[in-house]
Amino acid sequence: MIIAAVFAGGRGSRMGSTDTPKQYFMLGSKPIIIHTVEKFFINSRIDKVVVLCPKIWVEQTKDLINKYIGKTEKIDVISGGETRNDTLECALDYIENKFGLDDDTIILTHDAVRPFVTHRIIEENIDCTIKTGACDTVVSAVDTIVESVDGKIISAIPERKNMYQGQTPQSFKAKKLREICSSLTPEEKAILTDACKIYVLKGEPVSLVEGEAFNIKITYPYDLKMAKALLEGVNEND
Amino acid sequence: MINAVYKLIEPRLIDVAYEDLSIDSDKVIIHPLKLSICKADQRYYQGIRSREILKKKLPMALTHECCAEVVFDPTGTFKPGQKVIPIPNIPTQDDDIIAENYRYSSFFRGSGYDGFMQDYITSSPERLVAIPDSMNLTVAAFTELISVCTHTITRFGKISHARKNKIGIWGDGNVGFITSLLLHYIYPDAELYVMGTVYEKLSYFTFANAAYHVDALPEDFGVDHAFECVGGAGSRSAINQIIDHINPEGTVALMGVSENNIDINTRMILEKGLFFFGSSRSGKADFIKTVELIHSHPEISRYLENIVGEEITVSSITDIHKAFEHDFSRNFGKTVMNWNK
Repeated sequence: MIIAAVFAGGRGSRMGSTDTPKQYFMLGSKPIIIHTVEKFFINSRIDKVVVLCPKIWVEQTKDLINKYIGKTEKIDVISGGETRNDTLECALDYIENKFGLDDDTIILTHDAVRPFVTHRIIEENIDCTIKTGACDTVVSAVDTIVESVDGKIISAIPERKNMYQGQTPQSFKAKKLREICSSLTPEEKAILTDACKIYVLKGEPVSLVEGEAFNIKITYPYDLKMAKALLEGVNEND
Repeated sequence: MINAVYKLIEPRLIDVAYEDLSIDSDKVIIHPLKLSICKADQRYYQGIRSREILKKKLPMALTHECCAEVVFDPTGTFKPGQKVIPIPNIPTQDDDIIAENYRYSSFFRGSGYDGFMQDYITSSPERLVAIPDSMNLTVAAFTELISVCTHTITRFGKISHARKNKIGIWGDGNVGFITSLLLHYIYPDAELYVMGTVYEKLSYFTFANAAYHVDALPEDFGVDHAFECVGGAGSRSAINQIIDHINPEGTVALMGVSENNIDINTRMILEKGLFFFGSSRSGKADFIKTVELIHSHPEISRYLENIVGEEITVSSITDIHKAFEHDFSRNFGKTVMNWNK
């Protein structure tokens, strides 16, 4: 079974003065979250799409899905957690309780605010996870990465050719992910905010899937302007 | 959802554009698997079209030759994963007399309307032709071009007189090769003679009765009917040579595209009572007939695999440029892009 878990837990605290979580902002004719969910909804290899959103947005999210995609049993909407790790655990709990976890259960985790994800990226996440057990979507770093431990002085400048920027989806064999998450101490859980990082620290291999520069995360007002400009630019030319 | 569309902005400049794509209950969503580059695509890519045409049609996603797989079909016509050929011609009006590919009201993808270089393509189920699992996908990628030849031969069958003992094909390029090959299977009793200018290319026509250099035709050479598959500046000499060597009341199919007007010997056309007909593009019936023909004669696919010059995996816009430049540098054969976008 292959399940897409769309993380829509962000509360939009970084989007300026508005309180509306950024995934519910309109982009073209639909909210961002709908654009994103549709990509997984139409993929026939994905059996279920689980959307994890803030508790108070569950009903509205269901309404939006009914309105834009229509009534479907392929999509479930549940509430996520406070942190990304909590949301991941919510997804795993839901999948385990509803469908059970076996060696063939695969979970693709994806940010609701990355609506530009492509068919190839999703397909390669599935193929790569079947083959290697876990993968992360990345693009080569364009800018030089500068590390500073104290925020004042450079402590290291890693070689750029070895640097990548992480995107989503991040995909895993769900049973293994559950085992690894369960082995974390509360202290580890508090600092390990990235599922792939958990794998790496536990010595588990994570393969790379090539992302796209345009698979952007709509985090700041600038990103939303950029995303809108990309869509509107095409319409002007048409 | 947001669809990535790879458009030619101006000659040799391709950029990704993003379009808001609806999931409609009557539209099938497909994903391209392999795309084949056509001469018409090259004319846009290289800027060998008038400035007015380029200004009018660009930005536009190129390519109209494609095989794809079904991603999502709310109409229930196809299964997810099923391989299909999308038909680039999109009729908007019915007409009992004029074929869909000649109607002014029809759209054509890759010519004034976005072609297939996209992440997802939406199509009505009627504009998709399912292909058998056994069909070679690389050959399937240029089914559209093959169907254009099928279309011409089908029309030729309706127009031409019954004596088809000798058929001449002028042109040793892709269209000449495919037309000759299909004629070989559709009219197995006819003798086929191919005329070209490059000996190496002529050596591919092993199924023909003879392949001649245009400067070395036998003195008494004559054919009952002819196909002109030359196009461009060579059209003039090819058509006039056809007029010289065709027997009275023969039919001439014109398939080559020329950008400029050409002079032809109309006196002899009148004297011989020749029939000339032009042919362009194809319709759904031609696609279906092509797929059936290849399925019933698997050797056709093997011949066609032989003219695939290169398969280039496309994972970036740079790879698209690589494919177009490679295709432009070859004077024969098809360039197929394995679409990994």
